Amino acid sequence: MTDSAILISLAGVLAAAAPVVFAVLGETISERAGVLNLSMNGMILLSAMGSFAVALATKNVFLGFLAGAAIGALISLIVAFASLTLMQSQVAVGFVLALLCRDLSYFLGNPIMGQVAPRISQLPIPGLEGIPILGTLIFRQDMMTYLSFVLVILAWFFIFRTRPGLTLRGIGERPAAAFVRGANVNRLRYVYAMIGGAIAGLAGPIYSLSIKAGWKGTISGLDGIGWIVLSITIFGGWKPFRAALGCYLFAILQWLGLVLQPSLPSVPSQVLQVAPFPLMILTLLFVNIGNAEWVERSLARLPENVRREIAKALRAMNATPPAALGVPFEKE
Amino acid sequence: MRDNRSTRFAFQLGAVVLALGIATLALLAAGAQPIQAYRNIILGAVGSWDVAANVLVSWVPLLLATSGLLVTFTVGLWNIGIEGQITLGAIFTTWALRSLQSSAMDPALVIILAVLAGMAGGALWAMFAGALKTFGGVNEIFGGLGLNFVATALNLWLIFGPWKRPGVASMSGTLPFERALWMPIAAGSSRLTPMTLIIAVIAILAVYAMIEGTYFGLRLKAVGKNQKSAYILGIPTWQHMMSSFAICGVFAGLAGAVQVTSVYHRLIPSISSGYGYMGLMVAMLVGYKASIAAPVALFFAALNVGSIQLPIVMKLDSSLAGVLQGTLVLFVILGQGARGRLLKKAKVRT
Repeated sequence: MTDSAILISLAGVLAAAAPVVFAVLGETISERAGVLNLSMNGMILLSAMGSFAVALATKNVFLGFLAGAAIGALISLIVAFASLTLMQSQVAVGFVLALLCRDLSYFLGNPIMGQVAPRISQLPIPGLEGIPILGTLIFRQDMMTYLSFVLVILAWFFIFRTRPGLTLRGIGERPAAAFVRGANVNRLRYVYAMIGGAIAGLAGPIYSLSIKAGWKGTISGLDGIGWIVLSITIFGGWKPFRAALGCYLFAILQWLGLVLQPSLPSVPSQVLQVAPFPLMILTLLFVNIGNAEWVERSLARLPENVRREIAKALRAMNATPPAALGVPFEKE
Repeated sequence: MRDNRSTRFAFQLGAVVLALGIATLALLAAGAQPIQAYRNIILGAVGSWDVAANVLVSWVPLLLATSGLLVTFTVGLWNIGIEGQITLGAIFTTWALRSLQSSAMDPALVIILAVLAGMAGGALWAMFAGALKTFGGVNEIFGGLGLNFVATALNLWLIFGPWKRPGVASMSGTLPFERALWMPIAAGSSRLTPMTLIIAVIAILAVYAMIEGTYFGLRLKAVGKNQKSAYILGIPTWQHMMSSFAICGVFAGLAGAVQVTSVYHRLIPSISSGYGYMGLMVAMLVGYKASIAAPVALFFAALNVGSIQLPIVMKLDSSLAGVLQGTLVLFVILGQGARGRLLKKAKVRT
């Protein structure tokens, strides 16, 4: 492969990661507020189908994206209502919605399968696209891929560098403390769950109106992405930059699956296509293993200097969820 | 408002009506005649002896999966990895059948050994999820999902690799086994095997008896209600979680074994057929109680089989069954919450 071919492939990896970045950051914001949205897999499918249907009917890509965000926000609203107002398990409601939205998208999308709707195209940035290497890699993408880069920085800035971001972290970590500081915990949780849902909902149209344009029902190849999104959120430790790293890692693994196929004739192509999924989830083992009790116990037996090094490495990989994730808040 | 049988029933009825309402809206949105669609589903499920037998064929693995899940739910675990456990059960069963099919052993014995191998395979996969949770700190939901993906990859690799059909491998699965290695089919039916019905009924009864009638079941409940106090009271928590995973895996593996020995007679890519996820829905719908799991699972199986007619007769997608099941479970959960809130308000007022 020539240098430029590799660059173009890597640019493709960045574009392929864009929807995952949107979904993971949306979920991260929602979980930071304490609302676990397990419906992600169905939500992405439904917003992909819904936004495709809207773009097809209106011939307008922008309205399609808007529909995707609206579907994401609406589904998150159901999760928030069931858990925050009706005090039901977020896992149960989220799981049911994950299956329900998937089936709904296949059922409603059946009549529009295989049709052609408008799609967004590449938008090279004049002046910057000429820069060697970076030009090809970063500045010849489509609008949503640019936005995915910006979103990572914005989300980080918002969560860690602003006052409302501090409150967001507060309602997910110590809701009672945030409450006495004057935060309306449940209202904010509703708001952030819906904002997160709207952002994650954009992942659907990025697929159906851009990188996997069209709606092909069960063979759209989107089933399963949402579960990966949830695990990358954990891998990312609820931090935007680390989460983005997880998204790009996943996209690279998927790309490698395609590239390595010719050189690994003994492995069926179907296996290489699904391989990134288990690999990505098994990274969770490294992220979580530092939390296990037996690790601590066996570390204690090691000599001091070795122990310190391993403990440091484990801490670096470790990710601790927001303390009040999934826990309902009631004022006393 | 008082908490009694009739208000609870009213809320459940409301959930059914709302679920039907949403499904009707979906049908209208797809440009179909709702009444005609429901008629086709009903006819497709009970219209003839043959389709009714198909409902029973699909009821068996669903009830087996639900039975297993009731055990993990009792200790408060979300065993989403059940899909992979069913798949591994099917893989182990196929492996046993393949290695014993040319031996001189009695076919009946071969089938029994293969089913036992399937149960072991399911249990093994479930204990992986348990080990990831206990020793790796990976939440069982995500560990289970990961293992589901691994099981899918393993299954595809076997079908397209070592176990591929002579000639060209295909999505239609491995070469079917000889008729002697099928579970005996009822006279006059094309697929129904009475033996599997007996297995399913025994399974749900055994789970009911275990949870409600044994000291072990009581300890499982204690761990599920409050892990910390159970531990303080001297119940080793992780050992109980691990055993509940293993028990659930046995049932899931049994479901996979049934799929291979009595439904498909070979290994296919989607051998678990979504029964694991559907079992989770059934378990949620029955409030994690074994007593009414069998009829509810039968209803879900009927919806599934009935909706197979939709693409053929009305050019609709058969996922309408999933839409009906999903909305039903969703509204039952929302109804529970709404009832709880109204009861609390009523209590404050009096």
